Amino acid sequence: MKILVPVKRVVDYNIKPRVKTDGSGVETEGIKMSMNPFDEIAVEEAVRLKEKGVATEVVAVSIGVQQAQDTLRTAMAMGADRSILVLSEENLEPLGIAKLLKVLVAREKPGMVILGKQAIDDDMNATGQMLAGLLGWGQGTFAGKVDMVAGQVHVSREIDGGTQEISLRLPAVITADLRLNEPRYASLPNIMKARKKPLETLDVGSLGVDVASRLSIVSVTAPPSRSAGVRVGSVSELVEHLRYEQKVI
Amino acid sequence: MTSLVLLDHEDGQIKKAALSAVTAATRLGDVHVLVTGGHAVAQAAASIGGISKVLHATDPCYAHELAEPLAALIVSLAAGYDYILSSAGTLGKNVLPRVAALLDVQPIPDVICIVNANTFVRPIYAGNALATVQSRDKKKVLTVRSAAFDAAPFTGEAAVIEVAASVPESVVSTFIAIHLSVSERPDLETARVVVSGGRGLQSEEKFKILEPLADALGAAIGASRAAVDAGFVPNDYQIGQTGKIVAPELYLAFGISGAIQHLAGMKDSRVIVAVNKDPDAPIFQIADYAIEGDLFDVVPQLTKALV
Repeated sequence: MKILVPVKRVVDYNIKPRVKTDGSGVETEGIKMSMNPFDEIAVEEAVRLKEKGVATEVVAVSIGVQQAQDTLRTAMAMGADRSILVLSEENLEPLGIAKLLKVLVAREKPGMVILGKQAIDDDMNATGQMLAGLLGWGQGTFAGKVDMVAGQVHVSREIDGGTQEISLRLPAVITADLRLNEPRYASLPNIMKARKKPLETLDVGSLGVDVASRLSIVSVTAPPSRSAGVRVGSVSELVEHLRYEQKVI
Repeated sequence: MTSLVLLDHEDGQIKKAALSAVTAATRLGDVHVLVTGGHAVAQAAASIGGISKVLHATDPCYAHELAEPLAALIVSLAAGYDYILSSAGTLGKNVLPRVAALLDVQPIPDVICIVNANTFVRPIYAGNALATVQSRDKKKVLTVRSAAFDAAPFTGEAAVIEVAASVPESVVSTFIAIHLSVSERPDLETARVVVSGGRGLQSEEKFKILEPLADALGAAIGASRAAVDAGFVPNDYQIGQTGKIVAPELYLAFGISGAIQHLAGMKDSRVIVAVNKDPDAPIFQIADYAIEGDLFDVVPQLTKALV
């Protein structure tokens, strides 16, 4: 079985995002970019399934600018066998991404698509569900555990009240939650090896998909900021503040 | 303009977050709600104020709220609606993007403000920026942050209509089991007071030091990702960008350093108290009251002062 792993290049999770002064978005110029952390978890899971003999090939896909190559090289250094970069200068929405992935799925015929549950830039949490919908496949979202059982994939899902276990027929889409695994660091030899792994580049226009945005950004602003309050020296002082000043207890 | 709101419920109770989604929908026009589950839930739904119709999906295929049949059902009903909404909980986030894809719509998650019929505000970058977006889609599919809208009251008398199962897709998913955390405490997302612990709690055993304090305050208990990852508490305790978003009257953070991903989940709380040994902990920068000290001294003292 082949596994397709879509990955996104985003502002590194350690960087505090800064809103552009013209209100058009968040500053990404000259900012450290990395693979979306949830997608790293997805890559790790796919590679582990290959190591267990469940999968035979792991193909990483990214849709974005030329530099998304770096993200794909990271995925290959972690163990993906090859990559596809769909070049797009435009920032695409989950609907457009899901449609493009559907075309790639038709071409690659994977038994599973594993991707992060959300990207930490737009926080949409939608692409996996949308892809599953377009394909008519089952979806195992917010996965905390993935096991193959008798030809089906069992997914333990992290939900508001606890966890839910479901079983999906293959092919299926899985979205990775935080605790699915701890992604490995790519070793130097593997980083070197990844440079030689195949990376195919396609132009977004060649896939025949309407990816026009449905949402236009009116503005992007910084949220109201909170400032540091007071340091209190003792518990009794704190209780006084909470009781008489704030009246919350 | 008419909205259909998918209600989330647990243990036969409609969740408060779902009632906030109803309030958001009432700003957009007439409101119908869709509910799965038993009769009691449908009756409770009928008494929500501001709605005119309850659609009750009684077919067993909806019993476990699996995304595939539920999305197919909503799509089959969608012709009559301009908006499809739910709370931004795991039910809505699982089902509504699938619905949106099948309707060829780009969903708008985590709405915190409705500017007008097609313009909405939502946080991005873990709440470090607020995006105002305008949708060109004819139908809109939205999930709504519960902290941003008051819960609709139970003051209504809407009619309940049973809806038949939609033509089933081939069955691709099966329910196996659900494991819900049992708690006598208030729901984390809608609690008035939240007591929250981080890595500083050191162990599952020591985390329990927060329980008497939470009891004294009638508070829900939450945690940072670090505490959940370390196994001190289950995953449904997690507050943050990818966990639960809370905005209580009072948030007490113990042994939480304050990574931006955690702050994303609690910085809209009215009063924030932070207790940490590290004088440079980032959480102190947004706390209204900060105690630099050992939480294992502070928590028992505070508990004693409150009972």
